[in-house]
Amino acid sequence: MRKSNIYLLYIAVNLTLIGLMFVHASYVRQANGPYLNEKSSMVRSFELTDLCLFTDARYTRHPSMADRHSAFQDVPMSFDHFPSGSVMPPPPHLVNRVAH
Amino acid sequence: MSRIEAQRNILDFTLSSLLRRKRKNAALVLVYTLVVFLLASVMFFTHSIRKEASLVLKDAPEMVVQKLVAGRQDLMPLEYLEKIREIRGVGSIKGRLWGYYFDPFFGANYTLMSPDDGHLPPGTIAIGEGIAKDRKVHAGDMIAFNAYNGETMLFQVQAIFSAESALVSADLVLMSGDDLRKLFGIPEGKVTDLTLKVRNPRELGTIAQKIVQTLPDTRPITRDEILRTYDSIFNWRGGVLIVILFVAVISFFIFAWDRASGLGAEEKKEIGILKAIGWETSDVILMKFWEGVVISFSSFLLGVLLAYAHVYFTSSILFEPVLKGWSVIYPDFRLVPFIDAYQISTLFFLTVLPYTVATIVPSWRAATIDPDLVMRT
Repeated sequence: MRKSNIYLLYIAVNLTLIGLMFVHASYVRQANGPYLNEKSSMVRSFELTDLCLFTDARYTRHPSMADRHSAFQDVPMSFDHFPSGSVMPPPPHLVNRVAH
Repeated sequence: MSRIEAQRNILDFTLSSLLRRKRKNAALVLVYTLVVFLLASVMFFTHSIRKEASLVLKDAPEMVVQKLVAGRQDLMPLEYLEKIREIRGVGSIKGRLWGYYFDPFFGANYTLMSPDDGHLPPGTIAIGEGIAKDRKVHAGDMIAFNAYNGETMLFQVQAIFSAESALVSADLVLMSGDDLRKLFGIPEGKVTDLTLKVRNPRELGTIAQKIVQTLPDTRPITRDEILRTYDSIFNWRGGVLIVILFVAVISFFIFAWDRASGLGAEEKKEIGILKAIGWETSDVILMKFWEGVVISFSSFLLGVLLAYAHVYFTSSILFEPVLKGWSVIYPDFRLVPFIDAYQISTLFFLTVLPYTVATIVPSWRAATIDPDLVMRT
């Protein structure tokens, strides 16, 4: 078999897999519809404001509810020591208010 | 000979040439795939979280009002609720009772909340899947919490939220309002914060201003701000993520430039011989073009496929140590794949195009090599 044929076959297989990736994504999105509704209804009925992504610091557990001193909560020069604080920047409404 | 056949012949020759330097090219493909994999994983992961946050949090409270004392959030007196209710345009308003509980035995933080529907009788709780897994408890088991005054309070687990809802409930403990007040020592007449609905959503900003004017020690947070929080936090074009990715991508392109410009003696000789037997400069450039196509397409497609498998089949296992941090309870990040052609094309332009640009000048320089000089050295 010609080398170019092997390469083109490899590309074709990969492109098919990329196509299947979209099919899979669409299928999973449909299958997850009820779960998304479940989460939405929990947010509505329990009045939740944030996603549970990090649970180590309160300002990364509920970033939208954080106050602007939360990362420096102990003393003004106490830099953020929670690892999640380095992944999660402050919410825009705090940054903009500080800028103003 | 047809044009397609001519291109295939050059492709055959290019592949043979690449295979002659197997190790070098395999290393390049490996690094390239890794860069695409990293970029695509971050893109898929952040886009899915942002999309899910926007879908799920669209039902968050229209506005939350906090009371601040000395720069920190404080308990909200119910008199504030009455004052805000009097502001024109405010629809319904109610107090939320919630707080954080640190479990000293498991080193975990929980979010305790009291739903106002009253479906949980005193002495019972509903917990998130993360807590159930961490404490190895099932529905009907008892869980002890230490109250603010040192007393131990026992609760029966009435329900465990599904694993599918972990993204909003992994660390959640729901209990009755009376139990939550007893546990935290929150006096009657005070709540954690207020949530309100307005009659006309377009007046939300004006009402927020009026609240601050009436009660200057309060801070209103609107639903738009909540949604924007997640949009900005998981924007892969901002924050720490872009710094990490920028470093990775720049390092790769320096590597690619170096690889393409530092032609070995064998490669130079090969180009020299090709030109001596009649290859034009354009043919050599075409060969170099195919070389770039073979390497970049193979790596790009493989990197995207691996990233998809990483994010959606293994729950982003490689990101886990970073995301987990010091969190004892954390969701599995079983994200819904919200992918589209725009993301793939952005990735393509971010990875394949710069690679092509980085290798184009070295390729042209290689193609203009003097055959006589190369074969003599």
